[in-house]
Amino acid sequence: MEKILNPEALDQKIAECTEKLNDKLAGKGGKRAILVCGGTGCLANDSQPIFDKIAEELKARNLEDKVSVTRVGCFGMCSQGPFVKILPEDTLYCKVKPSDVERIMTEGIEGGKIIEDLLYVDPVSGEKIVHQSDIPFYKKQQKVALHGVSTIDPLVIDEALGCDGFKALRKVLTSMKPQEVIDEVLKSGLRGRGGGGFPTGRKWQFAANVNAPQKYIVCNGDEGDPGAFMDESMLEGNPYAVVEGMEIAGYAFGATEGYFYVRAEYPVAVARLKNAIAEMRKAGLIGKNILGTGWNFDVHLREGAGAFVCGEETALLNSIEGKRGMPRPRPPYPAIKGLWGCPTCVNNVETLAQIGYIIRVGGENFAKVGTEGSKGTKVFALGGKVNNVGLVEVPMGTTLRTLIYDIGGGIPGGKKFKAIQTGGPSGGCLTEKDLDTPIDYDTLVARGSMMGSGGAIVMDEDNCMVDVAKFYMDFICDESCGKCSPCRIGTKRIYELLTEIVEGRGTIETLEELKDLAKITKNNSLCALGQTAANPISSTMANFYDEYLAHIQDKKCPAHVCKSLSRYYIDPEKCKKCSACARACPVNCIKGVPGKEPYVIDQSKCIKCGTCMGTCKFGSIIHE
Amino acid sequence: MKIRLEVIKDVREICQQHKDEPSPLIVILEEVQKKYGYVPVELQEVISEETGVPAAEIYGVVTFYSFFSLTPKGKYVIHVCLGTACYVKNAQNVLDKICTILGIKPGETTEDGLFTIEAVRCMGACALAPAVSINGRVFPRVQATEVDKILNEYRSKEGK
Repeated sequence: MEKILNPEALDQKIAECTEKLNDKLAGKGGKRAILVCGGTGCLANDSQPIFDKIAEELKARNLEDKVSVTRVGCFGMCSQGPFVKILPEDTLYCKVKPSDVERIMTEGIEGGKIIEDLLYVDPVSGEKIVHQSDIPFYKKQQKVALHGVSTIDPLVIDEALGCDGFKALRKVLTSMKPQEVIDEVLKSGLRGRGGGGFPTGRKWQFAANVNAPQKYIVCNGDEGDPGAFMDESMLEGNPYAVVEGMEIAGYAFGATEGYFYVRAEYPVAVARLKNAIAEMRKAGLIGKNILGTGWNFDVHLREGAGAFVCGEETALLNSIEGKRGMPRPRPPYPAIKGLWGCPTCVNNVETLAQIGYIIRVGGENFAKVGTEGSKGTKVFALGGKVNNVGLVEVPMGTTLRTLIYDIGGGIPGGKKFKAIQTGGPSGGCLTEKDLDTPIDYDTLVARGSMMGSGGAIVMDEDNCMVDVAKFYMDFICDESCGKCSPCRIGTKRIYELLTEIVEGRGTIETLEELKDLAKITKNNSLCALGQTAANPISSTMANFYDEYLAHIQDKKCPAHVCKSLSRYYIDPEKCKKCSACARACPVNCIKGVPGKEPYVIDQSKCIKCGTCMGTCKFGSIIHE
Repeated sequence: MKIRLEVIKDVREICQQHKDEPSPLIVILEEVQKKYGYVPVELQEVISEETGVPAAEIYGVVTFYSFFSLTPKGKYVIHVCLGTACYVKNAQNVLDKICTILGIKPGETTEDGLFTIEAVRCMGACALAPAVSINGRVFPRVQATEVDKILNEYRSKEGK
């Protein structure tokens, strides 16, 4: 692409690209468009071979002038992927396999038919739905941060230019003073989407007030919450919008250099972001004298090296500086003294992805959506025991019921909803009684959880809450950087106490000790990792105290998860003496005589792997 | 451990390529890790000579981040996702099963150098939970009962 030298040239380029993209999506001139999902989830499910095969077939059938094919970002409803969408009809095919491509071409594209068995089936009504826009999962969503994701080809800058890209950058560089940009963001009420929820405009204002020759803007893409992939999808689907947000932030508080810090576990996101930065550099949208306005801005990319604590902003800065990712005491806050000692703002990917929209529509309009204290929309990664696992963007104030049942399609297998964990390892769980609470930063904290970055894991009756608490504590023990003792030692001791409980060695005193330790760790740790580490314990204890008691007093795990407290046995009445279980047992602990004597499990040798239960065709093995 | 001379030369070159960047240590380590599969102490000393960062500090960084390894990994690196979304769908059972079959613990490598098992935290493929990846190829919705089949596919590739 040629360098765009001035604002007028950008306007012209935007107009051309917008027309081109709109024509493609609207099927102008009878030319149809096929979009194939290229998000990480779908790529792992063969979406690349599907894309290749469609391209091949279009060529072989001489259809290239009549049909185009594009690989786009995440469609959001990941559990139904890979997706193939046909435009302008808006037909959405789900769970497509490479072997389906031929049918899609022959029957769908050439034959004009709808391929029934590839349509989405509503888990509630059982009805087949043809158009994406009619699927309940999409109906209640509002896409701001995810604008362009699943529409544009993330490797092609022209498509970003056709999808509102760089309009906001042009606006701030040519018609707004830096302070006006900050004021607009303040007016929008935008709060940091990484978890802290600190007002973004105020953060920028702090950094703007410092007089320094060098300032930095850092984008935190170290999405460490296990079970969250919002930032990943934004970087994969529309990296340009995030870079644009970073540039606007830099302009607002006076940074001329930006650093992206992205997890190395996200190779696709890293590659697409790298490409976006290179394309923008070629187009003159990164570098010296951007759009001929005399403003310079450079962007760098650093990959994380696998440490959850680097999501904490000061630890992240240490990591960029090539050190161990350990947090620094605050104050001084990074806005005063950050990267290499210079004033630095650290903003999350999703926060930056919202900036362009705020500038385009104005802070006041942005603030019309949401609740009193939390404005705009929030992206959640809905996972675990829910039918539609995926990525959803909803207005702040949406209830958990809408999220889990209307959008998520409810719990699979007719199981009962038990809890939803928000805020990842730093958050807490919410239960049945919280289902109608409008979710925003403040209501979640009031209910003993937190927004966090947007991970939302649904759990059903088969999940043991003590085990879940132990899982999070195991994670935190692993990831505690070791700098301060309350976190390093406290989390380890909490983990040991939880282990005692799940192994049936816990007493009432163990619970008291847990409560004390949780308080100590919370009040005395240096950074948010330790300060919030005990949240999952406190919240599961508050909501599921009876489950803890069952482990301690009855020595039972009500959900049959904790191995030490459960056992498998064979009902002699139902046993058909077929020997299938004995042959499958990995430790040879099932004995009997084929055809003569019912089989029996030797409890002293059983490792409780459950293989026998999966093998028995007659339901004669019982797990309690 | 004896490191081949050309490797040392190459690592020096990698260091040189980044010498003008601010604090490039982790960038260099990532490149070496990706290229050679591990960053032994001998190479850390080479990096120390080139960058001027004390070897002790480099060792501190290498052992801090889970991405770096001090020992070579197996030909096939198995990642079992233990992110929350996978965990609540029984990923622990899948990991236990792989460990039982291969007779090693997470973080270890089989004696024949074929497999390394690592428990990882979220690959961002939560809809495919529980997810396992082997050298980057993702196996979706893995059940403990399918593990044998998956491992055998790789074993037979190696004639074992």
